[in-house]
Amino acid sequence: MTTAPRRRRFAFTAELILGLVLIISPFVLPSIGGTSDTLSRILIWGLFGLGFDLIFGFTGLLSFGQAAFYGTGGFISSYLLVSHTIPNVFIALLIGLVGAAIVGTLVGVLALRRSGIYFAMITVAFGEMFFFLENSALYPWTGGENGLPNVPKPSINLPGFDFAFDSPWKLYGLLAVLFFMGYVIARRIVASPFGHVLTAIRDNPLRAQAVGHRIQLYKLSVFTIAAGYAGLAGGLEGTLQSYMSPESFTFETSGQLVMQTVIGGAGTLLGPLVGGALWLYLRNELQSALGLGAAWKLVLGLVFVVLIMFLRRGIVGGISDLYHFLRPTASPPAEATVPAAPVGRPNTPILRRPISDRVVIEARGISKHYGGIIANEDVNFKVREGEIRGLIGPNGAGKSTFFKMLTGEIKPTSGQIFMFGEETTNLDVTAVCHRGVAKSYQINQLFPKLTVRRNLMISALSRARGEFRLDLFRNVDHMDELNADIDETLRLLDLTPRADVKVSDLAYGEKRRIEIGLALGTNPKVLLLDEPLAGMSPQERADTVVLLNHLAVGRTLVVVEHDMDALFGMADQVTVLAQGRILAEGTPAEVQGSDAVQDAYLGGVHA
Amino acid sequence: MLQKHAKNDHRRHAGEHHVLNWGNFVSQLFNGLVSGALLALISAGLTIVYGTLGVLNLAHGALFMLGGYAGFVAFQATGNFFIAVVVGAAFVGIVGIVIERLIVRFFYNRPEEDQILVTFGIGIVIVELVRAGFGSLSQMVTAPVVVSPIINLGFTIYPEYRLVAFGIVVVALAALYILLYRTRLGMVVRAGIEDATMVDMLGINIQRTFMIVFGIGAMAAGFAGIINAPIISITPNVGDDILIECFVVVVIGGVGSFPGAIVGGIIAGEIMSLTSMFNPQLSQVMLFAVMALVLIARPQGLFGTR
Repeated sequence: MTTAPRRRRFAFTAELILGLVLIISPFVLPSIGGTSDTLSRILIWGLFGLGFDLIFGFTGLLSFGQAAFYGTGGFISSYLLVSHTIPNVFIALLIGLVGAAIVGTLVGVLALRRSGIYFAMITVAFGEMFFFLENSALYPWTGGENGLPNVPKPSINLPGFDFAFDSPWKLYGLLAVLFFMGYVIARRIVASPFGHVLTAIRDNPLRAQAVGHRIQLYKLSVFTIAAGYAGLAGGLEGTLQSYMSPESFTFETSGQLVMQTVIGGAGTLLGPLVGGALWLYLRNELQSALGLGAAWKLVLGLVFVVLIMFLRRGIVGGISDLYHFLRPTASPPAEATVPAAPVGRPNTPILRRPISDRVVIEARGISKHYGGIIANEDVNFKVREGEIRGLIGPNGAGKSTFFKMLTGEIKPTSGQIFMFGEETTNLDVTAVCHRGVAKSYQINQLFPKLTVRRNLMISALSRARGEFRLDLFRNVDHMDELNADIDETLRLLDLTPRADVKVSDLAYGEKRRIEIGLALGTNPKVLLLDEPLAGMSPQERADTVVLLNHLAVGRTLVVVEHDMDALFGMADQVTVLAQGRILAEGTPAEVQGSDAVQDAYLGGVHA
Repeated sequence: MLQKHAKNDHRRHAGEHHVLNWGNFVSQLFNGLVSGALLALISAGLTIVYGTLGVLNLAHGALFMLGGYAGFVAFQATGNFFIAVVVGAAFVGIVGIVIERLIVRFFYNRPEEDQILVTFGIGIVIVELVRAGFGSLSQMVTAPVVVSPIINLGFTIYPEYRLVAFGIVVVALAALYILLYRTRLGMVVRAGIEDATMVDMLGINIQRTFMIVFGIGAMAAGFAGIINAPIISITPNVGDDILIECFVVVVIGGVGSFPGAIVGGIIAGEIMSLTSMFNPQLSQVMLFAVMALVLIARPQGLFGTR
């Protein structure tokens, strides 16, 4: 078996191109109407946008309140400079950045309590709150509606070396260097394990949580990072125009950032820069050259709506899609051409260890009530190490609810749960995952926009790094042990040739295997499988049963399944749930012969 | 820190031009009720649309503004305020339906972020269209007079129109309530909030219902826009702040909840009005502070279930 080729091309192409563009721009753009001021402003918006793209494009959190951090950073550094508290512009900018990040953390703690539209609304409201604070309670420091004038220009004063950024082009140079640094850092973050977890949160936050990532901490961290970027950009605006304007705090500023990012392309890091360039260029051109006056924003608004409707990935995203579309790629073989027999798995006989006496899963009298509806009632359940336990019952018997309680997705109304002898009743799904318990879902819960390899990586990262780690500058492609593990899982799932295909493009049967693979990737000692065979063809079922028997080596399995033939062939013991209670338990033969079980399935009318 | 400053400001303001007496207090209480009822009506429109269609309409503030301008045009043409109200509301309702048919309906199956972004863009287009047509300067709509412009309530004098506006808004909210809770359409809408797919499968044309609901939501905003026009003169940006206040209302009340919108609206109106009695500049800050408190204590909002 060969290892799938990993991308080891020259990794700094984007940085190189960006560097060249930043160097060439001052020589080229003035001839088509770009001024040093416009270019500098584009870079400030681009820097502001780098942080925003991390939270929106990569983590999927649409914040309409970034102006709060832009303004906070800007006013902190400008106040420190104007009041002569800090004479050095660079130190003041750094304090502004840190200040904005701290404010970002505080706002994030509240705003991130909710997601989706709630998050969007709350960020709008907090952004607005800062605007009003600037104008009222903070007036003595911010100058209210007047803002802060006379913000000094930066300079470097070292013994024997003095340099002042006193001309527009020198300031451009400084901004270009800062933007470049900001971009390199953002790129590193995106390529890091931390960054990969962010994309998982964007695609499927619930699954990211279930495979063991403490997503609230990830969200809060990236929100803080974005606030830091915003704070630095705000401070730079103050020093660029020698004036810190209260406009920076307005909803318009947040809205402009969102629009520029979407126009340029979210999730591309350079999108906001391109969007900002287009925005400022159009504003200047439409306003003066075409004499459209205030209508320039109408044109931009229409462009924006059309882009959302038809080109959601924006300009940069569109170009990159076009590039991938035109470039002939060695497309991986479709599933049909892959031999039906599992080739990736060793053909050695399966050697299961004998079932030990150690109880690994224990539920003591757990119940789950939703108002008056009883999903589970007084369930007592024990599974021993190494066992394959079948769990069956008619639809609505409470099997899925029971599984959710075992994994910590929901809390039982009463009763206790123990895993490996330790109580886990009050642990959430992330913590339970790190105790060595994982579940594959009845309905696929994947990360659809990521490739097969990246999907499996999300699980593997949780195993390698625990619930949370701020490893911003580590590159996942250099984590050899991790990648070897993923290759191994790919082989086991027979998905090696499909490793670099986006999951949303896979066939159903393949998706089903990744569903199991995600649970498997966390290296659980207990694997809960919720209808692993659902929707599969007979051949796929047979393959999956072989796979499950492989997985049972060294693991404990609990399988919910409606395919009785497959289940009775696999399971050592079978538990029958009906109407939320345990109806019967025993070997497959005992359960098959039970009258009570037949009554439950046939509604008791067969007699 | 913040509180200390608020107190200092309060003393300064009280000494200068505010007299804290009973009449003043009651009149501020009324102001809060009037603006709260208006906010409740606009938020109800926002929350019904979200509850039924699952779309957070960021163009809602722009539709509120558009109602003001449509009414303004009708008022200029006829001189009759009540015609202006009807025309303004009907116009915005139709605009809402057009927007739903042309754009929003293609977004029901797209991610929430796309829905937010596209309605945000629509809002900007509406605002800029109005700006292109009427300029950025504010326009006045004179309040109609029933008995006299100022009414003496005994302990305080109060602008008559605000009382009239309050009455009209309460009637509008009641009408909306009846529509939602006492009609067949309302039953479909409330069922749609619970499970739109199921309603669709029952053979009810949910697409048409969605269109009507979006229209009603827009109309609520437009109606409030023209009612509000004589209180605060209208500008193309008058909807921005309103939209943000509506967000606070629904965060406090609970997204998708009609009672939540009403209670949240009144709470928001009173917070802003009563705070401005002490320090007008802090009234908005106070509103967001209360929202933060609700988020800490009850993240799903007072009437929210999700």
